[in-house]
Amino acid sequence: MPADDHAHDHSSELSEMQLRVKALETILTEKGYVDPAALDQIVENFETRIGPHIGARIVARAWVDPEFKRRLLADATDAANSAAGLDPVSNHLIAVENTPQTHNVVVCTLCSCYPAAVLGLPPVWYKSAPYRARMVIDPKGVLAEFGVSLPPGTDIRIWDSTAETRFLVVPMRPAGTEGWSEEALAALVTRDSMVGTGLPRSPEEPAAEAAR
Amino acid sequence: MTNSIHDMGGMHGFGPVVPEPDEPVFHADWEGRVLAMLRAMGYTGLWTLDGFRSSLENLPPLTYLSSSYFERWCRGLERLVVAHSLVGEDEIVAGRVLRPGIRLNRKLTLDDAKVMPWPKFDRPALGPARFKAGDPVRTRNINPPTHTRLPRYARGKLGTVEAVRGCHVFPDTAALGAGENPQWLYAVVFTGRELWGEEADPAIRVSIEAFEPYLSPA
Repeated sequence: MPADDHAHDHSSELSEMQLRVKALETILTEKGYVDPAALDQIVENFETRIGPHIGARIVARAWVDPEFKRRLLADATDAANSAAGLDPVSNHLIAVENTPQTHNVVVCTLCSCYPAAVLGLPPVWYKSAPYRARMVIDPKGVLAEFGVSLPPGTDIRIWDSTAETRFLVVPMRPAGTEGWSEEALAALVTRDSMVGTGLPRSPEEPAAEAAR
Repeated sequence: MTNSIHDMGGMHGFGPVVPEPDEPVFHADWEGRVLAMLRAMGYTGLWTLDGFRSSLENLPPLTYLSSSYFERWCRGLERLVVAHSLVGEDEIVAGRVLRPGIRLNRKLTLDDAKVMPWPKFDRPALGPARFKAGDPVRTRNINPPTHTRLPRYARGKLGTVEAVRGCHVFPDTAALGAGENPQWLYAVVFTGRELWGEEADPAIRVSIEAFEPYLSPA
């Protein structure tokens, strides 16, 4: 919202953090350091433009186009940025593929590094102490809390995002989706399935049926 | 700080992970404002991403743990603008401007925000890479009092280089404002047993992204 909207006195209704952040924005604006319209735009970008729908399109394309998948796994930034109809993504993107042998999961134990350009902002659980602490030592326990149980014998590979490289999990294409369009397949690709804490929707789920 | 509360990998006692169904992008308007201010102020180039991370890691542990994510960001941003003499501590306390701002070299405009450029961290190599994929390496046991991206759980451990990522800005110096000092970056993978002992699940492997100064030949 523009700075002017902050001038009204709603202090009795405002939380301590609302007041604190409002004061900081007023200070930075009056000193000429930030443009409130630019701040509005950044908020809008994250609320409406950037989100898991971008990653879902990349995954769906990899499912239908073997050459795109090969390029995605070789250089995800280049593949995504040069693909027709896909928005440019950030730098240093790395795609890791789930197989019947190996399930991949992404974490950032030190802060909250996340492939925001293709998935949007991370959910609260991803940034939370329990996830950051336990995913590297007890991944099966954490996956169980997401309702995910993997077939016996599946290896689990954890990617701790300790640098500026960002990881996108390419989940396995669900069975029973032969002949589906890229768009219909994208509707099966959940955010959590691209972090590794979930699996794609089943083609029998109503949401998937509606998208066909 | 290095051995601070932010370095959580392997800790016990935080309870279960609780996913939130249909989670909104922001849980309150002020969270979006904090994110936007941080990105806009980061664009000035006065500090690095790791300088910001360091400001969070330097929060008192009890403050870090008892603050929400965006509350930490707000406190970190307040610390940074004070540390870089953009805003006075007295102005933060007063909650209003007490003196004019200083001139910035770069300010994020509305047009910049529409494009939303993502930063790049890879840099031209200053020398050959010391390791290649397949090389056994041991992470160094370092405990610097300043910022590092080598997590405690992965120090002094035997691993294997899986990929060479190129040369990237080195967080340990960039956080201090001591220059980008680009270093080779590698994916290094460890078995669960190497990290967590004989009781660990043999089906688990964990990788970190490790800068060359974190690694010794093994």
